[in-house]
Amino acid sequence: MNLNALRAFVVKELHHILRDRQTLTILLMMPLVQVILFGYALRSDVRDIRMVVVDPTPDHATLELQSRFISTNRFRIVATSQSPNTIEPLFRRGSADIALIFDPDFASHLKSAEPARLLVAIDASDPNTGTTYLNYTRAVIASYQAELTAQNRRVQIVTETRMRFNPTLESVNLFVPGLIALVLVLVSALMTAISLSREKERGTMEVLLVSPLKPQQIIVGKVLPYLVLAFANVLTALLAAWAVFHVPFRGSIALLLAESILYTLVSLALGVLVAAVTSSQRAAMLTALLGTMLPNTLLSGMIFPIASMPSWLVPFTYVVPARWFIVIARGIMLKGVGLTILWRETLILSAMALLLLAAAMRSFKPRME
Amino acid sequence: MQSLRYLLRKEFLQIFRDRFMVAQLMLVPIIQLLLLGNAATFEVKTARMYVVDRDHSETSRGLVDRLQASRRFVVVGSSPSTEVGNQWMLERKTDVILGIPTDFERDIVRTRSAEVQLVLNAEDGAAAGVTQSYAAQIIGAYANELATDLRPILTSTPTTSGRVVVPAGLQLEPSSPERAANITANSQPIEVRARGWYNPDLNYRDYMVPGILVQLVTVVGTLMTAMNIVREKELGTLDQLSVTPLSQSVFMAAKLIPFWVIALIELTLGLLVARFVFHIPMLGSIPLVFGAAAVYLLAALGIGLFISTLVETQQQAMFVTFFIIMVYLLMSGLFTPIRSMPDWAQWMAQLNPVKHFIEIMRAVLLKGATARDVAQPVGILALFGAVFLTLAVRQYGRRVR
Repeated sequence: MNLNALRAFVVKELHHILRDRQTLTILLMMPLVQVILFGYALRSDVRDIRMVVVDPTPDHATLELQSRFISTNRFRIVATSQSPNTIEPLFRRGSADIALIFDPDFASHLKSAEPARLLVAIDASDPNTGTTYLNYTRAVIASYQAELTAQNRRVQIVTETRMRFNPTLESVNLFVPGLIALVLVLVSALMTAISLSREKERGTMEVLLVSPLKPQQIIVGKVLPYLVLAFANVLTALLAAWAVFHVPFRGSIALLLAESILYTLVSLALGVLVAAVTSSQRAAMLTALLGTMLPNTLLSGMIFPIASMPSWLVPFTYVVPARWFIVIARGIMLKGVGLTILWRETLILSAMALLLLAAAMRSFKPRME
Repeated sequence: MQSLRYLLRKEFLQIFRDRFMVAQLMLVPIIQLLLLGNAATFEVKTARMYVVDRDHSETSRGLVDRLQASRRFVVVGSSPSTEVGNQWMLERKTDVILGIPTDFERDIVRTRSAEVQLVLNAEDGAAAGVTQSYAAQIIGAYANELATDLRPILTSTPTTSGRVVVPAGLQLEPSSPERAANITANSQPIEVRARGWYNPDLNYRDYMVPGILVQLVTVVGTLMTAMNIVREKELGTLDQLSVTPLSQSVFMAAKLIPFWVIALIELTLGLLVARFVFHIPMLGSIPLVFGAAAVYLLAALGIGLFISTLVETQQQAMFVTFFIIMVYLLMSGLFTPIRSMPDWAQWMAQLNPVKHFIEIMRAVLLKGATARDVAQPVGILALFGAVFLTLAVRQYGRRVR
């Protein structure tokens, strides 16, 4: 082992990274900007529900119900008309979310104790939001209804709900672990893949080959600076999450940082592997990107719960490193648990790291000889 | 025109020479669409439930039975104390803890109101919210059912604020032995029916697949164009090209068109998958989709070209593009509704071409929107395209000089 040569090589790599100010700035700012941007923007609160009212026979009762909607401050009536034909164009253009359609006999039925009919139509092209809006609408009608009905005739089971570990369902708390996973993959996998394949494309890899460096040392030298960079990214992301959004850190920060390094190693190994199997920067980038970014956002449980996926798809998530890292990060940050509970996920990540590093070393070698 | 044709030929040859990359360009997005189209759902099939039943009455067992019978919940364990349940939740062995206090049945009979506790693992926020609404529905229905078994009692029910109150229907039934008539009288004064337009089954996939398709086309298209010019820069062939009599716009067109065509082919493949694998309804006109896509791609690829003229290395190109695409995608309304965002973010979203195109795709495919309905977003996209392409040509010209 020629440690001196390795050191020189690492220094050269560091120079490469430090010289390119533009990339470096983006690299360092990215986690910060992302945590702040998405912390503020990625929400699923219900703010302003635009409602169309179809009221063929306006009456005290129908107007009363409408005013109930307005007074919630959540609903805004964007149009009122006599005929349901107005709904469709508004839905199609996306300028209304929900329609309240009164039966022509609504008020008279209400007085005569016949069932007064009311149709609620939602724009269900987004079923999620649509259902949420529907639930809000139902709640308003139910509270109006409760006033009409004598209370004592009903049976109530009052459900006291507690959202453990994240009582307000604050989305930042859930996104930060996922964002860290995403940024780490980006910095480590993509950067190493590109930086290695650049040497190949430019032919400087041959120069490295005749140097006294061993292939393993070249990999270590390429990987080390990015490990440091990735670590800096974890720190800034966590700091931003803590300082701006007061994301809780209930568990051990040291453990979280150690796990991040483990996860970074997996990503770095992935990057080396990608560079080994591709021939140009373009191909390397495309492989790294398609192989990491999309699976990491969609198959990791960051946005969509894994429990919701069809069972044949679940095994696919097992090979996504971010899936395990997100469980670990959420466990440490939100639940305050330690290795006694997270040992399985940690073990899986370690196995992935070892396997990928071994594979990367091996696949890299033949090209060097 | 002649030179454009030659240049285009050269570009296509260059792209198709790298078979591995072409296969990747074409196949990987389709495979991803197949996989990810299935992943993108919030619907929770079954939640694991731990039951802490301190009442052990017929009524409390009835509640657990109803929850299980819905197939939404499966009881994974039960004990009279919460401690084991709490530990299980820490270990992710259970998603929900249902706590039924002692006197549950007695309270229902005496006061017509009783309490249960529902603890959800909110570590997975989206799933917890959905699970909660399922539970609320089932518990509400059970309360309704109980009401038919009970004699009306003239005591009012306390409603504590800060709790989720599940109201049950008004009931006038005699107690179960003599339970018989009067069923008509137990309906609510207002009968609410609900209908989901465009997607009555509330299938989330219908909503997500068009969006994911846009995401894939955008990622591939923008990145490939962004890497393209800078690659020639890095290899030094750009300087050779700049001494040829090619005009700047011809050069840009030659760089743009191949990826524009590839992206459109990809969109076609993606739409075929959407139609025949995912059975996404396509109510609107398909030519309109392609027309909008053609305009959108000018904007998306224009951004790629502009980045490509700005940066010096492929690495930089990739990073800048990646950063921009990530912001664009996460703020496009693909995952979280734009209308839930704060006002400044909604305003920013107006500057996001991805947002407009996803909206167009969803409106045309799912709602059958016509050209008139989507004229405004298409116009905005055309404007973006014009701006970015002009910027790219000017930036390139500046460099050549």
